[in-house]
Amino acid sequence: MQTLDVSAQGLREVNATLQAEPGGSNQAFEIVNPLGSHAIAVGLDAPIEVTVKGSTGYYCAGMNQQATVNVQGSVGPGAAENMMSGKVVVDGDASQYAGATAHGGLLVIKGNASSRCGISMKGIDIVVHGNIGHMSAFMAQAGNLVVLGDAGDALGDSLYEAQIFVRGEVKSLGADCVEKDLRAEHLETLTRLLAAADADADPSEFRRYGSARKLYNFDIDNAGAY
Amino acid sequence: MCGIVGLFLKDRALEADLGRLLTDMLVSMSDRGPDSAGIAVYRGHEDGQVKLTVQAPDPDTQFESLGEVLGAEVTRIDTHAIVTCAPEDADAVRAKIRAIDGLRLMSAGDAIEIYKEVGLPKTVAERFNLPTLRGTHGIGHTRMATESAVTTLGAHPFSTGSDQCLVHNGSLSNHNSLRRQLGRRGVEVETENDTEVAAAYLTWKMREGANLREALEAGIDDLDGFYTFVVGTRDGFGVVRDPIACKPAVMAETDQYVAFGSEYRALVGLPDIDAARVWEPEPATVYFWEH
Repeated sequence: MQTLDVSAQGLREVNATLQAEPGGSNQAFEIVNPLGSHAIAVGLDAPIEVTVKGSTGYYCAGMNQQATVNVQGSVGPGAAENMMSGKVVVDGDASQYAGATAHGGLLVIKGNASSRCGISMKGIDIVVHGNIGHMSAFMAQAGNLVVLGDAGDALGDSLYEAQIFVRGEVKSLGADCVEKDLRAEHLETLTRLLAAADADADPSEFRRYGSARKLYNFDIDNAGAY
Repeated sequence: MCGIVGLFLKDRALEADLGRLLTDMLVSMSDRGPDSAGIAVYRGHEDGQVKLTVQAPDPDTQFESLGEVLGAEVTRIDTHAIVTCAPEDADAVRAKIRAIDGLRLMSAGDAIEIYKEVGLPKTVAERFNLPTLRGTHGIGHTRMATESAVTTLGAHPFSTGSDQCLVHNGSLSNHNSLRRQLGRRGVEVETENDTEVAAAYLTWKMREGANLREALEAGIDDLDGFYTFVVGTRDGFGVVRDPIACKPAVMAETDQYVAFGSEYRALVGLPDIDAARVWEPEPATVYFWEH
């Protein structure tokens, strides 16, 4: 385990060290004194393990490929934004737009996520142990958003083909988002994601939400729904 | 962008550290707003005196004999001066200040003092020796100008009522119509700045009988735009975000203090922050603490 100190080495050197790991490396790193800095552990592209000891600012673990990043604290806006693969686990809370536009990988938030969680997600799986804020999964295109707690206003507004599973209350659904049946294949997906996220929950307690597909192609009769 | 910070002390033992802690928070938000910076601090209300913060573009001449002209005690700090007088003399002193060409009244009240200028937050903090300030609570702002010019008067905090002040991250879209409405109701707004309109709106609401919480709640309906506000009163400290809540905000609370920062970075130097309850304030929700 190699220790990297943001306050002593500076963020640029810490990130450069992580990004220099060659493909196939499975080295483990520990980042100390993150001091809420922005863009910690971004742009990684090797199956390394990174543990951040404390809370971070914006864009933690953004654009991640292959790496596993564990944050032992909370993260600011845009955590795991545009992640392609790998795994990001946040022990605390996440601020706005966690997992935004991400194409793959798994994002686990053990606390609560704020507004716009999974906005425009394109294939990532997100599991939130707590609650999520308003406008989550707005324009989400692919992947799964699993919420063990409650969801805020306008969940899944203008949703495409991403699937949303919520165990708690949903304050309101956004345009074109509807509740759908929870079939065997969905229970299977949920079981797999809950296990991967170390979440202790019964898949049958969740409700599934998806797109009503009325807004895919413009139809003048649906103009009011946009 | 803009950066805002606030610190409300519950533990009196920390009062000597208020300026130092708030300055560190302010300077950490420099890259959110390098145009200008300001701080409002609350202290010394128990001395029975009224304080008026005055700013002068040419302090060497304008402050030279100000004490004699006003018949009040004047303490100069760079371009600002704190004028101290008995409550019964306050109206007369205020009128004399208003009559002096170029002098600007930044704040008035039992406890509030405001220091703000154009420049990097670190430079502003040094000019006013902000780290040495003691007090019960304070708020600060680093400005990236969007709605009005980069001038001292365009810097935050804005104070439009006794012991009231407000800092803002965001922009208001209906400030011009609100400014006209407030003007018809006799509420003065001195600058073109949207934030001053928000401060004046709260002052008007409180003049009409609302307490700060009620005024902030009414503001959620009447103020249109993106905003995170942090406000101070003689004994209180409040936070509110608009219903969309796209401007960042993070809060921390311990037995010793309540703190606000635009980013978590602003809070990392506070005592026992690792043990604090840290959370993101909900949209359209008023948070308020009082001594």
